[in-house]
Amino acid sequence: MMRLLIDLWEGVKIAFQALRANKMRSLLTTLGIVIGITTVIMIHSIIMGLNAAFYTSISALGSDTLYIGKFSWMSRTDWIEARNRKDITLKREGNAIKEYATLVKAVAPTVSAQRTVKYESEKLNDVNIIGTNEEYAITSNVEPEYGRMLSKQDVDHRRNVCVIGWEVADKVFKNKNPLGRNLSIGSYPFRVIGILEKRGNLLGHNLDNEIIIPLGIFQKQYGARRWVTIEVKVIDPALIEEAKDEITGILRRVRKVEPHQENDFAINQQDMIADMYKRLTTALYAFAFGVGSIALIVGGIGIMNILLVSVTERTKEIGIRKAIGARNKDILLQFLIESLVVTAFGGIVGIIAGFVFAKIIAASTFLSATVSPVSVAIGIIFIFIVGTFFGLFPAYKAAKLDPIEALRYE
Amino acid sequence: MLIKLEDIKKIYQVGAEMVGALQGISLNIEENEYLAIMGPSGSGKSTLMNILGCLDTPTSGSYKFTSELVSEMDDDQLAEIRNRQIGFVFQTFNLLPRATAIHNVELPLIYNGTPSSKRKKIASDALERVGLADRMNHRPNELSGGQRQRVAIARALVNNPKIILADEPTGNLDTRTGEEIMEIFEQLHEQGNTIILVTHEEYIAEHTNRIIRLRDGKIERDESI
Repeated sequence: MMRLLIDLWEGVKIAFQALRANKMRSLLTTLGIVIGITTVIMIHSIIMGLNAAFYTSISALGSDTLYIGKFSWMSRTDWIEARNRKDITLKREGNAIKEYATLVKAVAPTVSAQRTVKYESEKLNDVNIIGTNEEYAITSNVEPEYGRMLSKQDVDHRRNVCVIGWEVADKVFKNKNPLGRNLSIGSYPFRVIGILEKRGNLLGHNLDNEIIIPLGIFQKQYGARRWVTIEVKVIDPALIEEAKDEITGILRRVRKVEPHQENDFAINQQDMIADMYKRLTTALYAFAFGVGSIALIVGGIGIMNILLVSVTERTKEIGIRKAIGARNKDILLQFLIESLVVTAFGGIVGIIAGFVFAKIIAASTFLSATVSPVSVAIGIIFIFIVGTFFGLFPAYKAAKLDPIEALRYE
Repeated sequence: MLIKLEDIKKIYQVGAEMVGALQGISLNIEENEYLAIMGPSGSGKSTLMNILGCLDTPTSGSYKFTSELVSEMDDDQLAEIRNRQIGFVFQTFNLLPRATAIHNVELPLIYNGTPSSKRKKIASDALERVGLADRMNHRPNELSGGQRQRVAIARALVNNPKIILADEPTGNLDTRTGEEIMEIFEQLHEQGNTIILVTHEEYIAEHTNRIIRLRDGKIERDESI
């Protein structure tokens, strides 16, 4: 054990000596490894960053909310076929779910449109106007920062009231308190009763650029023939599959779907987006792994090549060491360590460079990057694999040298 | 008996031809002998030296070192014997060029797992014995030929080997420096070491007590002085 430690330490010292003696060569040799590790770390950091951003983003959807509409979020359904489906309506589907479904705690039909909103001289274009009911607060998990949400009375009496998103409040009302003021939405006046908390983005869609108004007034002012999405909150996230089955049954019945026919509606949920995203990033991972592997193999071959040169150059040294008692495995270990030191040097530079590049890319594009211990671990594992694998052949060659031949070598 | 060779043969294959470098050498060497192996080039003295030094194994015959049968050993066992029992001194010194004198002397200790603190002490003692206490941290290229050979001798001594094998130790030195080196060998012999010199210089061989002359892979004459 003691001997192995001394061997290892000696190996490290010899390796550094050899590297110092051939600075330029070592630097060039290690470049391949630097590029390989940089690529792997950089892409891994970016994927980690994307993941973090993505999951934060879709968390706004809520894992226990179902979105019922004509269109599936999965792209596989035929769009034209889906467009010709019977509309989802508030009266038929909305009421049926409310009446018969036992596993839901809130049902909110929603319709939406883009409108320009105005207050005094301030204007904001393309604000997402959502017509819904009082249960929307539950299904979409939003709370007012100031004021209140829509009440049942607001909805039943089709009052001209609205709850505005954070950004609308900020941009249209500036420093004034919006509560109680009249906002003009597509030329109809609405009194502001609440301001939503800041919510951020959902897959690039700005959730703060939003106004919620009672469904009835929405249909009256902006037309009734719109695609309705019914948002349903399940009583318990664990029962989401059962709830889907129950709702499927109810909808098939009210929409008179024959037993042999497929569903002519879609029940969407957060998972579907996550699945799709996972499939996408798996491909990205595979690509990154491929690029990184190729760079590392090229780098590893470079290291093997330079080590073979080094073994030849130091044949005499190997002979001397063997003459004074170095065993084959001592020599093997010495060159393996040298390989690992070169690789580790390149690897550490690569890890740092990878993080730096990832951060630069994150800062200059829409991508984000997360520096994680996992990335470092991946880097270190690669270093060990490459260093050992490509060092083995030269080290074996050195270990097997005949001491007499080696001593005679000039 | 320290070394006992019995009918040692070494046959090399050169192309299609078999060349017998040693053709049946039998030889006994006692402890604290000081002997020279002489012979013209091609006589087999280098081959004999390599076998005695456990760098090579014979094609046939038996080589007993103390009680161990070297001729049957594998690479690792041979390395172990070289490390602990044999000190080499070469004509071209064979020091590691990038290592300091003391590190060169420490090398054999590294390969038997002596801890660093002990190594430094043993190595500096050995350098003192050859009169190089003030040159420990010099690299070989900062030392004269004679000094380099002394470093090599210190390295050979450092594991307290049973024999010191010197292959033309003065071959690369001027006469005066060569004499200095021979004085060191004489001292070592007086201190009880067993020394085997390989040389083709009569005046060097004359320092020893026994001269073995080889010709064509056989012992031509074995004379004690």
